[in-house]
Amino acid sequence: MVNPQMVMYEEEFNQIQTVVDRLVREANAKVVFIVDKNGQLIAASGDVDNIDTTSLASLTAGNIAATGGIAKLLRENEFATQFHEGEKANIHIQLVGNRVILVVIFDSKSSLGLVRLRVRKASDELNRIFEALLSKVAEPGSDSPFAEITDEDIDNLFND
Amino acid sequence: MSFINYMAREINCKIVYYGPGLCGKTTNLQYIYERTNPDAKGKMISLATETERTLFFDFLPLSLGEIRGFKTRFHLYTVPGQVFYDASRKLILKGVDGVIFVADSQMERLEANQESVENLRTNLAEQGYSLEKIPYVVQYNKRDLPNVISVEELRPLINPMNVPDFEANARSGVGVFDTLKAVSKSVLNELKRGG
Repeated sequence: MVNPQMVMYEEEFNQIQTVVDRLVREANAKVVFIVDKNGQLIAASGDVDNIDTTSLASLTAGNIAATGGIAKLLRENEFATQFHEGEKANIHIQLVGNRVILVVIFDSKSSLGLVRLRVRKASDELNRIFEALLSKVAEPGSDSPFAEITDEDIDNLFND
Repeated sequence: MSFINYMAREINCKIVYYGPGLCGKTTNLQYIYERTNPDAKGKMISLATETERTLFFDFLPLSLGEIRGFKTRFHLYTVPGQVFYDASRKLILKGVDGVIFVADSQMERLEANQESVENLRTNLAEQGYSLEKIPYVVQYNKRDLPNVISVEELRPLINPMNVPDFEANARSGVGVFDTLKAVSKSVLNELKRGG
């Protein structure tokens, strides 16, 4: 496989959640979430009940993928930051360590300057956490919980 | 690349529907969406042109149930089939866990099918995957139409690797879930092997 398997453990999840929770407060944001580049939601914080985070995650990843494609055509490495301004809501999208995507949704209670400042700090922290996580996953002996599933387990999923 | 979340006890996998333009990839997803229990599915997203041709992708999140205490979630994507959207197709294949090739069984689409399989092979290789190794199934769609090629004739041309294949009529739903189940099983088996 080209990429190591993406795995999330409790310890790192809690660290990530702490960063995301703090970012919501410090940036006066409505919602903050983290998505991997394949569109899987990793963590979310803020007013998430009123938002379809699964769809947002997939579309954000599609957006980053498309922008990455444009960057390649222009011989740029990546466009790491995107900002979309709406009438009420704004969205700031930041690629962290070329691995995960940090998304901040905010309204007039905050400002782009504040969001950028807080995102920069959070990105550094997240980068460190994900680096540690990836080296943990790459360690030999980190066994998959699926090594022991049987054909029957798999068949049972489809018995409806 | 599947995503195992020990914290949420979830496993997420990505399945991509590939095939030539108008072969029925979006129709497969629409049928699955209509026939799935509301608790088990999320919103279906289609990024399409005004004439309902897929522009970037369709997306449908599905949960299949639990396996050894882990919720299994599948994210289904389609690619835009039209030849000139190749850059987008490459992007959607990133991180894929399993591929369904939807072939259009009509006589006049044979060449388009063959080109699309070759395009899939090339684009997977660019991402470092190989069609021989990735969970992969084939669907011969539009079997209800009058001008179709027989499966016996299609198989050596579209599916020379002899992966699991299914006859389908995506509009009425024939074969749609059989195809999805086959690729899902193959993806889970791959996980079991630690892929």
